[in-house]
Amino acid sequence: MTIADAAPPVTRIRPSGGWRAINLAEVWRYRDLLFFLTLRDIKLRYKQTFLGVAWVVMQPLLTVAIFTVFFGKLGKMPSDGQPYALFVLVAMCPWQLFAYALTQSSNSLVNEQRLITKVYFPRLIVPMASVLAGIVDFLVTLTLVMIGMLYYGVDFSWTIIFVPFLMLFTLLAALAVGLWFSALNVQYRDVRYMMPFLTQMWLFLTPIAYPASIVPEAYRGLYGLNPMTGVVEGLRWAMLGTQAPDTVLLATSVGVVVVALAGGMAYFRRMEKTFADVV
Amino acid sequence: MSEQAIRVAGLGKKYHLGSVRAAYSTMRDSLRMVAQSTLRGLIRKAERVERRPSFWALKDVGFEINRGEVVGIIGRNGAGKSTLLKILSRITEPTEGEIDLHGRVGSLLEVGTGFHPELTGRENIALNGAILGMRRGEIARKFDDIVAFAEIEKFIDTPVKYYSSGMYTRLAFAVAAHLEPEILIVDEVLAVGDAEFQKKCLGKMGEVAAGGRTVLFVSHNMSAVQALCRRCLLLSKGELTLNGPTESVLPVYMSQAKTVSEYVRTTPSDKSIALHSAAIDIIDEPTRQILKLRTEITSDSTSNVSIDIRLLDMSGTAIGFAAVGSFNSSQSIELRKGQTVVVSEHDISMLAQGSYQVQIDIAQPTFGYFDRIEGFLGFDCVASPQPGCYRRMQQSWGFGSVEFPYISHSVQLL
Repeated sequence: MTIADAAPPVTRIRPSGGWRAINLAEVWRYRDLLFFLTLRDIKLRYKQTFLGVAWVVMQPLLTVAIFTVFFGKLGKMPSDGQPYALFVLVAMCPWQLFAYALTQSSNSLVNEQRLITKVYFPRLIVPMASVLAGIVDFLVTLTLVMIGMLYYGVDFSWTIIFVPFLMLFTLLAALAVGLWFSALNVQYRDVRYMMPFLTQMWLFLTPIAYPASIVPEAYRGLYGLNPMTGVVEGLRWAMLGTQAPDTVLLATSVGVVVVALAGGMAYFRRMEKTFADVV
Repeated sequence: MSEQAIRVAGLGKKYHLGSVRAAYSTMRDSLRMVAQSTLRGLIRKAERVERRPSFWALKDVGFEINRGEVVGIIGRNGAGKSTLLKILSRITEPTEGEIDLHGRVGSLLEVGTGFHPELTGRENIALNGAILGMRRGEIARKFDDIVAFAEIEKFIDTPVKYYSSGMYTRLAFAVAAHLEPEILIVDEVLAVGDAEFQKKCLGKMGEVAAGGRTVLFVSHNMSAVQALCRRCLLLSKGELTLNGPTESVLPVYMSQAKTVSEYVRTTPSDKSIALHSAAIDIIDEPTRQILKLRTEITSDSTSNVSIDIRLLDMSGTAIGFAAVGSFNSSQSIELRKGQTVVVSEHDISMLAQGSYQVQIDIAQPTFGYFDRIEGFLGFDCVASPQPGCYRRMQQSWGFGSVEFPYISHSVQLL
């Protein structure tokens, strides 16, 4: 049973036109569902794995090890004066969250097709829950970063208060992209096969293994179109006290996310009514 | 008193056949479509849209239901019942028309939606409750009742993948049963589980109805419809053909059904155990009449099943039950991988003259059914070949459908 509408006593069902505003009040009414779906995704992630939760720690550490050997040691990549391993580890914080959230949310509607064809609730909840489950990665990696900072003797600075905002921004960025892809995936399963390549490409387009400063000045604005650039540079600044990110680059990143999120929501809302028929 | 709960007017839902058949397309197809339509130009575009086959799953359906009414929705497969429920539950949007629902709506199209095998009973209750629209506090408050109703206290912290199928279904229904909407929309969920479980479901539905809530109930189970619903809506081919008291709608529905003595499934089944075909033969013997049933069952594994045969008379009332292996496990049928043919014979001499519908389930005793054939098979009982031997009564007389065999009588003059 679903309580399709809790607050207003009258539910009116009418055929709707093409574009409608997303109903965030309704999403709020279903916040408990969002909570339990997120909790489920977190609980289920490493069920029936031998190493279990250790994977959350292993994944960023292994990536950092590989990058350190190939880019840091062999490639002699600059790292803004920080220990290279730590430099990469900080970047892995938002990246892990972003990559996980992006992949999961893109497949979320298709994976939940039973739910979608049997129960009504605001469909937006599904990709949102997938994105939120990525917070675990962020927090675990952040803890690793702090351990690393103690190990390398890097001082903590007051700028650490910006970390929650950067996390929130990463969530919004992942949701913005996830909304587009999840809705597209309902109709075109090509998305599923595209995702691994997309995330890989995105990884190298983000200053994770290298500092943004090596990108030529002329391309800096263009580079900022990737919102993850601003986040990664921002987090390095907040945690390690590297140079504050370029304001133009940051503003571009914010602008891109706002536009992508608004567009994603509108597109999602437009496609939403056909999900149950098409998926 | 007669406060309106549901108002539906001019409701229609159009499906494009293309989008139903090809559940999803690839981007390449879409790109090609775009390219082609651009090449053909705008003049031909209208024509192309016209050619895309579509059909109306529902057309111009309108009705009103008052608060506290329990209304059954009946109709054959493909009549539009599921579509109507999906629209009322807001799972899909109507193409035209309007609906007003007064009060909180709870729809139960399936039990256990969103259950995850890896999660424990406790975790699934929370998740499923939230999916059904319960608030966190409400779930916590009803938690103990739900566990008690499902009778799974000991296993509440065990992942449900280790549950027996009976436990799983009980838990799933228990959560759903504890929702308290003002309008309840129920699909054929009563068709799962064992007899006792079905009774529990029916009991709960009766309670809901008695509590003054509005219930919309879709079912093939005519006796459940009779027991619960005062009023019925009959759908056929997407249109509302009849709307009236249950006792006047059911006979119309039953007489619409054109029954045959042999049914072969034309669409492939994805079930692990499926009824491929069923045929009925009526054999007249000098002193009795026999219903001979031949079923072809396909199975993808070795398993034990029973065959349940339900007889319905022309008012839709279930008047009798015949079974192979349901009550007596020594009679149960052992299926092997592949096709199995089962022939069984049942004495039907005591049936009154008239038409009957047959519903056949391939079932697992005490749990549920694998596959079912309903609404297609039927037979006619005529007078016995030797006059006066058996069967004098006719269904249409209104005395019922069973004439109990005469054994003896004695007369004493005082």
